[in-house]
Amino acid sequence: MRKLLVVAAALIVALPLTVSAQTKQGGEMIVTYKDDVSTLDPAIGYDWQNWSIIKSIFSGLMDYEPGSTVLVPDLAESFQISEDGMTYTFTLREGVKFHNGRELTSADIKYSIERTVNPATQSPGAGFFASIVGFDQVVAGETTDLLGISTPDERTVVFQLSAPNATFLHVMAINFSFAVPREVVEEYGADFATHPVGTGGFRLAEWTLGQRLVLERNPDYFEPGLPYLDRIVFEVGQEPTVALLRLKNGEVDILGDGIPPAQFEEVMNDPANEGLIVEGGQLHTGYVTMNVNVPPFDNVLVRRAVNMAIDKDRIVRIINNRAVPANQPLPPLMPGYDTGYAGYAYDPEGAKALLAEAGLADGFDTVLYAMNTDPNPRIAQAIQQDLAAVGIRAELQSLAQATVIAAGGEPEGAPMLWSGGMAWIADFPDPSNFYGPILGCGGAVQGGWNWAWYCNEEIDASAAAADAMVGADLADARLDLWRSIFIAIMDDAPWAPVFNEQRFTMHSPNIGGDDSLFVDPVHIPVNYDHVYAVSAQ
Amino acid sequence: MAASGWKRFARDRIGLAGSVVVGIFVVAALAAPWLAPYDPTEQFFEGLTLEGSPRPPNPEFWLGTDLLGRDLLSRLLYGARTSLIIGVVANGAAVAIGTMLGLIAGYAGGWLGGAVMRFTDLMMAFPALLLAIALAAIFAPSLWIVAMVIALVNWVQIARVIYTETRALAAREYIEAARALGAGHARILFVHLLPHLLPTILVWATLGIAATVLLEATLSFLGIGVRPPTPSWGGIIFESQSYFLTAPWLVFFPGIAIMMVALAFNLMGDALRDALDPTQRGR
Amino acid sequence: MGRYLVRRLAAAVLILLGVTAITFALSFIIPADPVRMIAGRSATPETVESIRQQLGLDRPVWEQYGSYLLRLAQGDLGRSYVQKTEVAELVWSRLPATLLLMAGAIFFELAIGLPAGILAARKRGTAADRGIMIVSFAGVSTPHFVVGLLLLYVFAYLWGWFPMSGYGSLAHLVLPALTLGIANGGWYARMIRSSMVEVLRQDYIRTARAKGVAERSVIVVHALRNAILPIVAMIGLDIGIFMSGAVVVESVFGWPGIGQLAWQAIQRLDIPIIMGVTLMAAAGIVLGNLLADLIVSLVDPRVRLR
Repeated sequence: MRKLLVVAAALIVALPLTVSAQTKQGGEMIVTYKDDVSTLDPAIGYDWQNWSIIKSIFSGLMDYEPGSTVLVPDLAESFQISEDGMTYTFTLREGVKFHNGRELTSADIKYSIERTVNPATQSPGAGFFASIVGFDQVVAGETTDLLGISTPDERTVVFQLSAPNATFLHVMAINFSFAVPREVVEEYGADFATHPVGTGGFRLAEWTLGQRLVLERNPDYFEPGLPYLDRIVFEVGQEPTVALLRLKNGEVDILGDGIPPAQFEEVMNDPANEGLIVEGGQLHTGYVTMNVNVPPFDNVLVRRAVNMAIDKDRIVRIINNRAVPANQPLPPLMPGYDTGYAGYAYDPEGAKALLAEAGLADGFDTVLYAMNTDPNPRIAQAIQQDLAAVGIRAELQSLAQATVIAAGGEPEGAPMLWSGGMAWIADFPDPSNFYGPILGCGGAVQGGWNWAWYCNEEIDASAAAADAMVGADLADARLDLWRSIFIAIMDDAPWAPVFNEQRFTMHSPNIGGDDSLFVDPVHIPVNYDHVYAVSAQ
Repeated sequence: MAASGWKRFARDRIGLAGSVVVGIFVVAALAAPWLAPYDPTEQFFEGLTLEGSPRPPNPEFWLGTDLLGRDLLSRLLYGARTSLIIGVVANGAAVAIGTMLGLIAGYAGGWLGGAVMRFTDLMMAFPALLLAIALAAIFAPSLWIVAMVIALVNWVQIARVIYTETRALAAREYIEAARALGAGHARILFVHLLPHLLPTILVWATLGIAATVLLEATLSFLGIGVRPPTPSWGGIIFESQSYFLTAPWLVFFPGIAIMMVALAFNLMGDALRDALDPTQRGR
Repeated sequence: MGRYLVRRLAAAVLILLGVTAITFALSFIIPADPVRMIAGRSATPETVESIRQQLGLDRPVWEQYGSYLLRLAQGDLGRSYVQKTEVAELVWSRLPATLLLMAGAIFFELAIGLPAGILAARKRGTAADRGIMIVSFAGVSTPHFVVGLLLLYVFAYLWGWFPMSGYGSLAHLVLPALTLGIANGGWYARMIRSSMVEVLRQDYIRTARAKGVAERSVIVVHALRNAILPIVAMIGLDIGIFMSGAVVVESVFGWPGIGQLAWQAIQRLDIPIIMGVTLMAAAGIVLGNLLADLIVSLVDPRVRLR
């Protein structure tokens, strides 16, 4: 008899942030965005705008405690992980209904994940499920049945993995695994993107393309008393500067795109905004990649010199202190962040010395790619000036996002690349997400996102070992291993981390909630389900 | 006639003033390295406030600083070269091409005129921004590429207007009369038609300067054209316009510069046309 | 006349075909891979290839173009790479707002530009003339963003005369249309002034005045009628230009026109949308210029349609 290691008992999440004993439901919130919402299909939606809207319309087996990065069961009532870490058994809640009235069963979970993995869906998130048995067959198109998922009864889902995966619970909380009703998907086909039906706290009430999108509270939501708001209205096509004026006018509640850089200083210094602006961290790092395939960046001394040449404090000042300088790939909020690590201090003389040691006392010429929307060209020009001060003459290529990403994905396309505006914000709060696609050998392929083309077999092996460390008792050891992995990477210096963006969420006095909800690391810009309308209290 | 024409031009004080202004800008552009108080690409620590915002005009930086703490005056002086080339050369080329095509199409009429005009329609529908992105990915960006794209794309408007006017003019009786008297096509085009089209040409040659300088900024944003940190007036406006409510000098000064150049050419052109026009007597 | 229209229509079809061919060709020259954009950053190489095959992007250029034309003939503009929504639906949904803004903008351009330009022509050489010319140049030299933001700040935010953004009533239309009118009115003012000055110098005007015709009639009936032709051509051009949208004004005022859709698509290299928008703009251009030609021949019967 295999001993089952019970990891999590049945938990109904007791919200630790009780604002008051009884927060009343009611009220409306208006959020503005510049870009139109692209899709609400959880298998496809992957931009920071629709990510949280999808989280409110759909639900997955797991979720995060509001305002934090702690995993808790959501659609699942409880779960068990086998001792060898290769089998996960989830027991579903009872009485969960889709917005069309039908009750959720385990077959829906299996169908939803199969749909994401199925190449016909064109989901960008299929790769997250690679550890499930049978993944390769489905991706190759040989079958649509993902054999690693079994549903012994209507309330039980069992996942069989091909190898232990410490991030699997995070994968069960990611949008790509959210439950969708087969009959609605088959009815609408590709148009399911504009007719989403899920099990979440909000359902789609109205969507006028290019103008507004309205969510209304799901009265049958399985969490009683939630969400607090009756309606959320998303107005799109709004210039951020104008959105701020409208917020001051009382027409808008949340600035979806954040406080516009042009008005940032004025807004922060305005006493009238006291209490309306919440500052928090993000799971973000902005960095300069150096292509190790392109000389002289194949020399570690040169890469370290670049790290020492960049004046991060000055750059942070240029963007009005909306970030904190970074000295390692992981952001401070990420588990596994090394608080004691000193990194490479700003030292132009030291940088010049290193270059001289590498035989480049006269400096060299190179090209720095950056994306063209503000503030990235400015940051790139600041970096350019810092590099020039140590003799590195970098030409600046400020281009459209798609072009820069394409250049980075070419083996010798971009000698240096400033990641701002494109990468990297974590998909889920685990250090492994900051490695695989952007620093791992697997990402150093044509069209990949490892723009430094860094591939260290030893570190790759360590990373795989770290991700095999499943189990609560190994959690600390695992984080220690990841910590040492990233320190080792900094020693090799394929990146020059520059800063971690801070988030400043501004809201109208009409919206209330614990501060952590407004800078929720998983929900951007705010946690839609847990904020409430002051007027309804 | 030529000699008296020049004399009349010289006596027109307003037109002279226009020429002087143009001259000043050209000299400023050429002499920028000597006139500019600072390096236009140097980002000064004191150029920004402690919170990182640009500074308004002050004794240290006469016209203020930009979003990276660079001296605006120096950037305007160095940027004059780029913007004058764009505004005058690129726009001038567009106007010349458009005028020629519009003139020939309007005069010839028939299937040739129709074909040229349909070609004009096609070029108007040409996705210029997509072309810009495509070129940016292939070629090293430069001033001349963007000048070429502008010329390629902007000639259509004046071609349409010149075409319409030419057809109206060509239908007039005196053209028939001139032809009956044995005048050749070239003579009719250049002696009888073109002078009447000069006012229109002038409009596009002058207002077009302002429009193309601003257009250059959009194209440079997409990746062709001048590369940062090289300054251009349109580029400075483009990157600073969202800061207009908090740092208006960044839009105001380059905008004034653009306007003055365009106006100066306008005054010059007006005076020139008056001087060359035989029917004009005084005011 | 009928034959003329048929010929123009046939030419229009050729032009639209040419536009699709050019846009298609350009999209191939751009090295950025749309499949990579769709597949996203965590996609495996297998997923990328599978998406490429499904979208038919692994087939040769001719095949792709051919099947695009075939679907186009059936009214299918394809689906956006990013949004998966049908391009036809996206473009169509923005059409009313685009047309409305176009009408409003042209209205204000003429309402501001024509009187100013005529006044300048009549008071040629005086301070009023110089003043109007300076304002015209100022308008054209100021970026749309700044004009729009200023109007919005004063008239909507500070004084509340108009709504700050949105779409749905004439009140919403005023500020965005006025922005375009102020920014572009200078062209019309300058042009009509030039044209009028030219016409007012002609002999037949002197004759009319000598015959004792009222000054207003001289201006409106005799002078304007001849001076208006280039203006008509310009209006035709504007129709075409506004059919590509006015992205800056649309985003400042939250106006759901096609400009924002096009600009977003260009940034993301969403080729199906770019094709759809370019086609719509081309149709507008052809239509606008055709209308201009027809009206010109109405106003001046000596200009024959050929």
